Amino acid sequence: MNLVFREALLAFRRAPLLSALSVTTIAFSLFVVGLFGLVAVNLQQALRDVAERVEIVAYLLPGAPIETVTLAQKDIEAFPEVQAAAFVSEDQALQRARTELVEFRDVLQELERNPLPASIEVKLKPRFRDAEHVNDVAERLRGFGFVDDVRFGRDWVEKLDRLRQIAAAVGLVVGAAFAAVAIIIIGTTIRMAVLQRSREIAIMRLVGATDGFVRRPFLLQGAFKGMLGGLVAVGLSYGAYALINRWLIHAAFFSREQAVAIVGFGMLIGFVGSAASVGRHLRRV
Amino acid sequence: MIKFTNVFKAFPKGGLALKDVSFHIAKGEFVFLTGHSGAGKSTVLKLVYAEEPATSGEVRVSGFNLAEARRKDIPRLRRRLGIVFQDFRLLEDRSAEENVAFALEVTGARRASIPARVMRVLTQVGLAAKAQAYPRELSGGEQQRVAIARALVNEPTVLLADEPTGNLDERATRGVFQLLRDINASGTAVVMATHDLDLVRQAPYRVIELQEGALVFDSAVDERRDEAASP
Ligand SMILES: Nc1ncnc2c1ncn2[C@@H]1O[C@H](COP(=O)(O)OP(=O)(O)OP(=O)(O)O)[C@@H](O)[C@H]1O
Ligand SMILES: [Mg+2]
Repeated sequence: MNLVFREALLAFRRAPLLSALSVTTIAFSLFVVGLFGLVAVNLQQALRDVAERVEIVAYLLPGAPIETVTLAQKDIEAFPEVQAAAFVSEDQALQRARTELVEFRDVLQELERNPLPASIEVKLKPRFRDAEHVNDVAERLRGFGFVDDVRFGRDWVEKLDRLRQIAAAVGLVVGAAFAAVAIIIIGTTIRMAVLQRSREIAIMRLVGATDGFVRRPFLLQGAFKGMLGGLVAVGLSYGAYALINRWLIHAAFFSREQAVAIVGFGMLIGFVGSAASVGRHLRRV
Repeated sequence: MIKFTNVFKAFPKGGLALKDVSFHIAKGEFVFLTGHSGAGKSTVLKLVYAEEPATSGEVRVSGFNLAEARRKDIPRLRRRLGIVFQDFRLLEDRSAEENVAFALEVTGARRASIPARVMRVLTQVGLAAKAQAYPRELSGGEQQRVAIARALVNEPTVLLADEPTGNLDERATRGVFQLLRDINASGTAVVMATHDLDLVRQAPYRVIELQEGALVFDSAVDERRDEAASP
């Protein structure tokens, strides 16, 4: 093992230019994937922010007994989809209208009777903020006897759904294309490294090295280069993110797990690419 | 120890490189493999170290039947052979001792034992003083000695040499040839392909001659027959 590590590191010393080239190639390929990932991450964040506003409001019939409503509110909060259910009394509704609708303050001030109904405002858990679940919960709310009407932005929720689907599809296709291009470019770089050392491989085999022995330093090197490339790519992505954040719009960066995943992806491509290249080379000699 | 029985070799592009070749080389023998360029000398050696498979016939080397040997058996075979070429095939970015050590590392030899074994063979080939030199700092003859040291370090039973003196001047040739004779004298069989007939005449060793892929002369067989024929 010791020897394998030494051989793997020696390659960096023997062929510093080619090694640097492969690390750079891997880094830039992953950087492109990373940039796209940043766009995807931010798009998702934006969609989540929008979805934050998804709310179902159940207006109550006037005179619904408060005990019944409180009990029902508890029931609603216990729905698996529901994050919070808030009771808004008639008075609170009026109060809110007064502060929010400043232009109508006078009109609202002069009212003899409060025309606003009490309501229960229901917020769903993030992963249920789509048309299907919203509809479903709204339907259940309608089932309560004291509920007069249930409102939510139906069109709006459906649009949001469609947007999410498009984002996911584009993300999958473009992301897969970028990843494929990265894999091809990285694979080519690794093949160059293998070809550069084909003389050495031939001599190794001549003096009785097993295929496994020939392969191991390449795999280690490939994984190591991939990891370095991944780290550089995450660094570059962070640079890009910092610039965008400073000069353009407030953006989000990868979570720690996503950053680790990029580095891991680099390592995996490096490893698999090396295995494929060396394997192909060995099969030909 | 090396036994060819009715061996044919055809390359995918190109005709028959070997036609019905049979011979047997015993432990500790010294054998010249001669013939004109393209006669099939290198091909015979390639078949011995399993670089190429025979098209038909049987090749046995050190207990391996090469027709049945699988790819994973080949390293074990090669560790019993020492192989030397006209163009030395040293790694340019390693010193003489590193080149020799490489052959031991590859076989998974115990690390602590490597330096002493390397020095021993470098001394044997007369290059102990240049252990740290890189191939570009060595003459052709010296490079060939490093290659021979590398071939010897695994203590092979046979040394295969494909025109080991082909790139050397007369003096270096004599030196390398003497080294091969010494190696043979200490018990290692040597099979040497060459078209240097002066060298062949100098020494009383067995000669196998190929012509267009056919074995046309084997001193071990033909001289015995000559003796039997003469009164
Ligand atoms: N890989 C190959 N593919 C096709 N033909 C080959 C291959 N290797 C050798 N040959 C052919 O086989 C024949 C024998 O070649 P070989 O190299 O064994 O000759 P040789 O006796 O070693 O010659 P030289 O003295 O020039 O080294 C030649 O005709 C050559 O063209
Ligand atoms: Mg030849």
